[in-house]
Amino acid sequence: MTHENTVPLLHPAPDYAGADRDFSRDAAARAIVFARLRAVLPAGSVMVETEDLRPYECDGLSAYCQVPMAVALPADEAQVAAVLAICHELEVPVVARGAGTGLSGGALPHAQGLVLSLARMQRILRMDAESRTAVVQPGVRNLAISEAASSLGLYYAPDPSSQIACTIGGNVAENSGGVHCLKYGLTVHNVLKVRGVTMTGEIVEFGSAALDTPGYDLLALLIGSEGMLAVVTEVTVRLTPKPQLAQVVMASFDDVNKAGDAVAAIIAAGIIPAGLEMMDKPATLAVEPFVNAGYDLEAEAILLCESDGTPEEVAEEIGRVKAVLNRCGARAMAVSRDEGERLTFWAGRKAAFPAVGRISPDYYCMDGTIPRKRLAEMLTAIAALSKKYGLRCANVFHAGDGNLHPLIMFDANEPGELERAEAFGAEILEKSVEFGGSITGEHGVGAEKINQMCVQFNRDERDFFFAVKRAFDQRGLLNPGKAIPTLHRCAEYGRMRVSSGRMPFPDLPRF
Amino acid sequence: MMTAPPDTPSTQRDDSRPDTLEGFAARIRRAVEAGAPLRIEGGGSKNFYGGPLRGEPLSTTAYAGVIAYAPTELVITARAGTALAQIEAVLAEKQQRLAFEPPRFSPDSTIGGVVAAGLSGPRRLQAGAVRDFVLGTRIVDGQGRILTFGGQVMKNVAGYDVSRVMAGSLGTLGLIAEVSLKVLPVPVAEATLRFACAQAEGIALANRWGGQPLPVSATAWHDGTLWVRLSGAEAAVTAARASLGGEVVDDEAGRAFWQTLRDQKHTFFTAIAGNGLPVWRLSVPSTTQPLDLPGDTWVEWGGALRWLASDASADQVRAVVLAAGGHATVYRASDDAKTRAGGAFQPLSPALAVLNRNLKREFDPRGIFGPGRLYPDF
Repeated sequence: MTHENTVPLLHPAPDYAGADRDFSRDAAARAIVFARLRAVLPAGSVMVETEDLRPYECDGLSAYCQVPMAVALPADEAQVAAVLAICHELEVPVVARGAGTGLSGGALPHAQGLVLSLARMQRILRMDAESRTAVVQPGVRNLAISEAASSLGLYYAPDPSSQIACTIGGNVAENSGGVHCLKYGLTVHNVLKVRGVTMTGEIVEFGSAALDTPGYDLLALLIGSEGMLAVVTEVTVRLTPKPQLAQVVMASFDDVNKAGDAVAAIIAAGIIPAGLEMMDKPATLAVEPFVNAGYDLEAEAILLCESDGTPEEVAEEIGRVKAVLNRCGARAMAVSRDEGERLTFWAGRKAAFPAVGRISPDYYCMDGTIPRKRLAEMLTAIAALSKKYGLRCANVFHAGDGNLHPLIMFDANEPGELERAEAFGAEILEKSVEFGGSITGEHGVGAEKINQMCVQFNRDERDFFFAVKRAFDQRGLLNPGKAIPTLHRCAEYGRMRVSSGRMPFPDLPRF
Repeated sequence: MMTAPPDTPSTQRDDSRPDTLEGFAARIRRAVEAGAPLRIEGGGSKNFYGGPLRGEPLSTTAYAGVIAYAPTELVITARAGTALAQIEAVLAEKQQRLAFEPPRFSPDSTIGGVVAAGLSGPRRLQAGAVRDFVLGTRIVDGQGRILTFGGQVMKNVAGYDVSRVMAGSLGTLGLIAEVSLKVLPVPVAEATLRFACAQAEGIALANRWGGQPLPVSATAWHDGTLWVRLSGAEAAVTAARASLGGEVVDDEAGRAFWQTLRDQKHTFFTAIAGNGLPVWRLSVPSTTQPLDLPGDTWVEWGGALRWLASDASADQVRAVVLAAGGHATVYRASDDAKTRAGGAFQPLSPALAVLNRNLKREFDPRGIFGPGRLYPDF
């Protein structure tokens, strides 16, 4: 991955404009920012008192906290544009925020910056059965779209586990997935158009109600950009016809290798299941007392394989899946007999995070992806790391997509445990890269995995990301410091890794 | 997992046809130093598409071969110069395929060209477009840097999704050297149905069926006939065939119909070579009523794609399509006709034009990749 660059055209990795300014020490400058913002927003839409700012100090990754300088709550797109234009002019960093359910600190505030909450923009603007599309504001909850579309026989397919709370604007920022994305795709496959505002306050339409647009596919670039290219103000999503029937097969295995082989065998048989999930023994032991789903507690791994479609289609597919699972040595199998039982089978998987939260004071959720065939190796490596760090770990796995969520259990009140959990997690992510995967499948890099970006991408590639950023946000004011590490940051991380006695990464010229 | 060396290791050095990544990088750096533009080319089968060809040719055809194919991972990785036909043959051995059905204009079409052109076939309706299947790329940028983005896994949100932007960029952002694509199983069953109906009714039917859980994988309307292809599990296809009605088309005739449409072998598309009318590609919201434009029309993708062979003025076509919420491309026409139309592609809104130019500048600061191929001003 390392290539010497010989063309002297490298731009230095930019920090954001105004980084040398410290609003916290300059009351006059701060007062100007607040007055300008209040002039373009309704009364009560700009918050500056610490007690009002506190609820915004972190997102779903609560280990990282920072009180922002201010929070703004625009009510419409024009207000978003006005706020951004002011912040651009005054060089104030802006962090956009939806419901704050993100798990990577993508909405972690900037100490000198503004949190731009889209929570007030929560209207469903249009729901059209004929074209199977919905036009919604960014603060609309993911599940609310499917609920509103339900009477039309339609739904919005991506279903991240936080779907009762997370917003579509945040889904666009993170390119959220869910348990059905092998068959139905990620956010990028289910969004037709996004209206957004760039840092200069310019309103731009990315994509369209048609299936493609002229010019570069900027919609693909915007989706998953972690709020660093533009602020989302309106989203047109594609709705999918609700399948007539869904059924799930629950199979248990006495060996994770066999379960991993079964996943490969299902795919090899030409089956693309609607959902294909795996849990290891620590995970099933944690969830079973919580949900009473009837999981096999002796099993080393549980596989859930969902089939959807017409009743005839489902019957045919379930038959084929059962045959494959039998051949792969499943020790027990059950097929959901009705919708209630299907939901029960899923309940444990969906409750894995809170269930682990019940048996451990704290847990740290990782999000690496690996080629499916490396699963057994990965689980073996995680077991070894669990011993090394003296921390328990339960694994839930979007097996269909190779997306692993190890849940590292720790107690933040025990000195050193958080640090051990973080080091444990970092090693898992770096292992994911080593196995040919990625440090994040669906949670984003945010503030959390920024060091591991130094491992997944070389210097030229990281510089290239800054170049993309510059094309949209010349001054680097939108969500600065997230997702893409500066060279300096990677050098620091390299030093830290050397000093803790582990391998330095070979990527940086200085090591 | 299979690995193979590049298919045609050359002993003789051909500067316009490198067979290594470093060869591409060196050629691109030389172009930068000389300020001499390059036009990246695979099989050359899509040279008709987009703006005029400018620059010295830089061929990817010597950098060919499947790098890795793991059927159970649903991913194939190949060098840009690999023939599309070879990729399809390798996949077919494992009952898999490229679900977006890229057109095969010639046996020389390469996988790099497929991604760079971003053209998808009839199955786009059900499966998605080229960009939806791009998982990762290795590119050489306008500074001769070799960069890897994305990967071989289904889900990857580390860094900006640069790989998908390469799809449809027509070689103007960088050289796609290697690409990883998601592949899918060949459907167990397929059937084609035919209905006699007017265009408006065909569009309405396609949209109505699109809202139901039916295995419709393609639609095409032309000259009073709506063709519908069903693909999926045996049971699903059988049930849908019964519920939709229409006339069942013989399997072989059905396959031939979709293949001809996919590869654009109809005289509708090829007539331009014999001085026929320019062919427009009109991308509109699927529910758009028949467009008020003169000329012969094909309707695909459940109504979202309209082909028009017409002598209507570019201004007229673009205005009508823009009003419908879509965009119009002068698809097959002489360079003169494209110039008269102000370029092959619909002009961008001012805000989008700025972002497109900015992005082009960052990928290719010296403007050496295919100047004018996408838009006349970059």
